[in-house]
Amino acid sequence: MEDFIKVENVYFRYDEDEEEDNHAGASDYALKGIDLTIGRGEFVAIVGHNGSGKSTLAKHFNAIYLPTTGDVLVDGMNTKDDDHVFDIRKRVGLVLQNPDNQIVAGIVEEDVAFGCENLGVPSAEIRTRVDNALKAVDMYDYRRHSPDKLSGGQKQRVAIAGIIAMEPHCIVLDEPTAMLDPQGREEVISTVRRLNKERGITIILITHYMEEAILADRVVMVDSGRVFTEGTPREVFSRCELMKQHHLDVPQATELNHRLRGCGLELPECVLTEDECAAAILEMLKHHRKTDGSE
Amino acid sequence: MVRDITLGQFMPGRSLIHRLDARSKILFLLAYIVFIFVAGNYLSLMLITMASLLVILLTKISFRMYLKSMKVILFVILLTGILNLFYGSGEVLWEWWIIKITVGGINNAIFVTIRIATLVLISSVLTFTTSPTDLTDALERLLKPLTVFHIRVHELAMMMTIALRFIPVLLEETDKIMNAQKARGADMESGSIFRRIKALIPVLIPLFVSSFRRANDLAMAMECRCYNGGKGRTRMRIPHFSWLDLWGLLFSLVMFTGVVLCNVYFPPLVR
Repeated sequence: MEDFIKVENVYFRYDEDEEEDNHAGASDYALKGIDLTIGRGEFVAIVGHNGSGKSTLAKHFNAIYLPTTGDVLVDGMNTKDDDHVFDIRKRVGLVLQNPDNQIVAGIVEEDVAFGCENLGVPSAEIRTRVDNALKAVDMYDYRRHSPDKLSGGQKQRVAIAGIIAMEPHCIVLDEPTAMLDPQGREEVISTVRRLNKERGITIILITHYMEEAILADRVVMVDSGRVFTEGTPREVFSRCELMKQHHLDVPQATELNHRLRGCGLELPECVLTEDECAAAILEMLKHHRKTDGSE
Repeated sequence: MVRDITLGQFMPGRSLIHRLDARSKILFLLAYIVFIFVAGNYLSLMLITMASLLVILLTKISFRMYLKSMKVILFVILLTGILNLFYGSGEVLWEWWIIKITVGGINNAIFVTIRIATLVLISSVLTFTTSPTDLTDALERLLKPLTVFHIRVHELAMMMTIALRFIPVLLEETDKIMNAQKARGADMESGSIFRRIKALIPVLIPLFVSSFRRANDLAMAMECRCYNGGKGRTRMRIPHFSWLDLWGLLFSLVMFTGVVLCNVYFPPLVR
């Protein structure tokens, strides 16, 4: 897979001016030496508990924050290079946590058009892009509505449409579901997955819901400004103890499986979903009965 | 309570007035305001009031909405009306101490009341029938020539769009904070007016703080979407003048000529 975003040994701290009266040293840094590569078309979940630096990292991908030391390269362009900021933001869209605070206009379709208008896309093309983007997130029927009449999940999908209309290669979502109810969360996540599968858009999903992280191709665990483990969801969540050490939850099904295994039951090393867990337990019980019967 | 305000609210529709170009609506409104004050006698005033009632009928929005928008400033209308009663010269009808009511005063009062009422009604027509985005867009286009004087028209229009967008958001938030404070035992509905104003402080402070947080977020979201000011920006919708606007112009011209003719051929009652 071709590399799209490369994060090279990035350190970052807020308020660089405070350097003189700095007494705590390295612990001031929100990011402490992040190395990360994201491939084109990949679906990556970045997880970590509050204050782990995952949101700070998210804002490095499109040059909202610039690394204190180290480099972030997007499609070969350094985010520190002022001439490229516009091109980087064109390629990497960022969706924020609170849907209310990122909608600019008073009508859904006008808001979706906002990004395209900034890019200077001709009027007729904006129209088609906006319609397509709204259809992609399944909000076309609401195009003339006012955003404040929509539910949280719908608003967040409008925000995503606003990014899609700009036709980015990559969408970074910074805890897009944190303020939504379960239904809204489901709507947003399935939209994001579809965009990844059908349009090949690279997705970087920042979240603290492990049930969302298991849908990704790759999970990156962040704690106190460092990447401490990464791999496929199965690889990562099989290390239950490690996750606990870093104050992270694992999906409930995974935890149940892990504990049962701890009791000496013959279960697979790692399950991710409830269905998988149920199937594994059923398999074990069947096996058990067979061996009981034969004795 | 805050939700009852209809002044400045948009009511979607497909009437003739709705379909007028927002730019011409703004220009007609301005001309209208001028002519309300040009009308100097009852005949011309009646002409312009009738015209505004006709326009209101054409919007197909129930008259009750207009009355609601009047309610907000009813106090102002009545106050100016009553104050004007005591000004003016001419035949004295009633006198007590230093208060004199004259024929001129009564005329003044009636004129001012009708003028302000018509003004509010016709302004409501603009805001009721034009979406906020169209309105700010039209203002931006109309004020474009001012960029010659280094006035940042686009930024002003953007500020207006955002302000309008966040009114309902902040109203909802106010409600939430008020409920949260009430749940903690805050009393906002009793006591003197000063006590009630004081009781609002714990509502306003969190509202302020959260507005700043929202502004910060919004600025970031706008940056993420490549917002760079007005330069090099295109628009999705480009407004076009239509035949309707021409008819509007014709109607306005006929009416304004009527007002001027009435003024010329009949004696003015007020200055």
